[in-house]
Amino acid sequence: MDDAITHIRFTGTEINYYFLCRKKLWYFSHYIQMEQNSDAVYLGKLIHENSYEREKKEIDIDDTIRIDFISKDRVIHEVKKSDKVEEPHIWQLKYYIWYLKQKGVEGITGKINYPKLRKTQDVYLETGDDEKIEAILKEIRDITGASTPPSADKRKICKNCGYGELCWI
Amino acid sequence: MKQNFYIFNSGRLKRQENTIFFEKEDGSRSVIPIENTESIYAFGEIDFNTKLFNYLAQKGIAVHIFNYYGFYSGSYYPRETLNSGQLLVKQVNHYTNRNKRITLARAFIESASFNILKNLRYYNNRGKDLGGVINTIEGYSSQIASSDSVDGLMGIEGNIRNAYYKAWPTIIDQEIEFERRVKQPPDNMVNALISYLNSLVYTTCLGEIYHTQLNPLISFLHEPGERRFSLSLDLAEVFKPIFSDRIIFTILNRQQISEKDFMTEVNFCYLNEKGRKTVIKEYDEKLKTIITHKKLDRQVSYRHLIRLECYKLVKHLIGEQEYEGFKIWW
Ligand code: SF4
Repeated sequence: MDDAITHIRFTGTEINYYFLCRKKLWYFSHYIQMEQNSDAVYLGKLIHENSYEREKKEIDIDDTIRIDFISKDRVIHEVKKSDKVEEPHIWQLKYYIWYLKQKGVEGITGKINYPKLRKTQDVYLETGDDEKIEAILKEIRDITGASTPPSADKRKICKNCGYGELCWI
Repeated sequence: MKQNFYIFNSGRLKRQENTIFFEKEDGSRSVIPIENTESIYAFGEIDFNTKLFNYLAQKGIAVHIFNYYGFYSGSYYPRETLNSGQLLVKQVNHYTNRNKRITLARAFIESASFNILKNLRYYNNRGKDLGGVINTIEGYSSQIASSDSVDGLMGIEGNIRNAYYKAWPTIIDQEIEFERRVKQPPDNMVNALISYLNSLVYTTCLGEIYHTQLNPLISFLHEPGERRFSLSLDLAEVFKPIFSDRIIFTILNRQQISEKDFMTEVNFCYLNEKGRKTVIKEYDEKLKTIITHKKLDRQVSYRHLIRLECYKLVKHLIGEQEYEGFKIWW
């Protein structure tokens, strides 16, 4: 593996944003964060606090990945308030598994909990995923390392994006 | 949209559990809906305690304090939560680099003078003879692009304002004695209104800066340190013609404010409480006025225009898009 990559630490949010929007990723990685729509934040918190009351919550590893909780059978869980299963969520969790593997923690799998959907999604690090994640990390490094944000086209997701006003003014 | 909360009475502002209430001297209480409060404006004799300030900090609410005469004395600006070291470095860099600083200073003055001219044209179209002063100011404005020092720009700004103020007795229907701007303390009714409204615009700009990563201490047109939060002065320059000046013209021409709304003490002139309330009401309504934003293609309030201005500055500082000051289009 590329030596440099082992030293990069990106957060789960950055992996997520890489899939959502590169411009958002750039802003976020430069600490330009938008005040959150308070309703959304509130809802997120509520889902977090009430859904999995009994489990131990939020394990912070290296200030880099934050795992919502881990169950005895070596499954890391991520809780999402979304009402559909989304690709970025899956990759975020694959990244967590990969990250732990780099640290020598083997045999981990993942589960995304969608309380709104009453559904879970299992996540595994599959053959070829290691290479994919490394390629993604390199790309994230290139995007966030650029001096200005990448240009973007207006898409459907822009409508609900907290960066919308900054982006399009 | 969150609301400003204005307190004119004397009393005590208190936190009890998770509510904040204002207790008047006679013991009566009113609750301040904290989740829905943008800033608190304190005009009365008010006692505060640290428990309250801690809570306000947590909620990101600023308190602006005015003295007995309605004169702005300062703001409680809660600890900032949206920090970006990288943006701060860029902001400083745009101040220390002479060319970069002048680019921004020019943009502020350009839009300020555009907005001033817009006001003059409005009244000119309504039968006030302002052609002369419009020409004069257009002349000054044309010097902005070639001016290569901040002092030079400030000089142009001063000339524009002087010419503009000379036209005020023509714009204003009431009999006023207003020849020039006198700040602290104001010597007549119009100067008192300008001082008061400008301080409101300043605090509104400060409040909007607070919700962004911009650092309020570092400015470009004004010298940092001229006032503590000098970036607010830069932004206020752009919005004063639209917020302050227009309100002054309107309330005087509608006879909503007259001599009896002021108190004069040894040649100084201040709004009395009734006068202040009238002005605040107009100001508050102005902030809430909704317009359709052409570029964003959606409705925004006047107050939100200031936030958008902050975003434009952020984009300029990170090199994404050159800043162009707000120009009123209606
Ligand atoms: S508004 Fe659209 S382009 Fe801009 S950051 Fe959000 S998703 Fe990306």
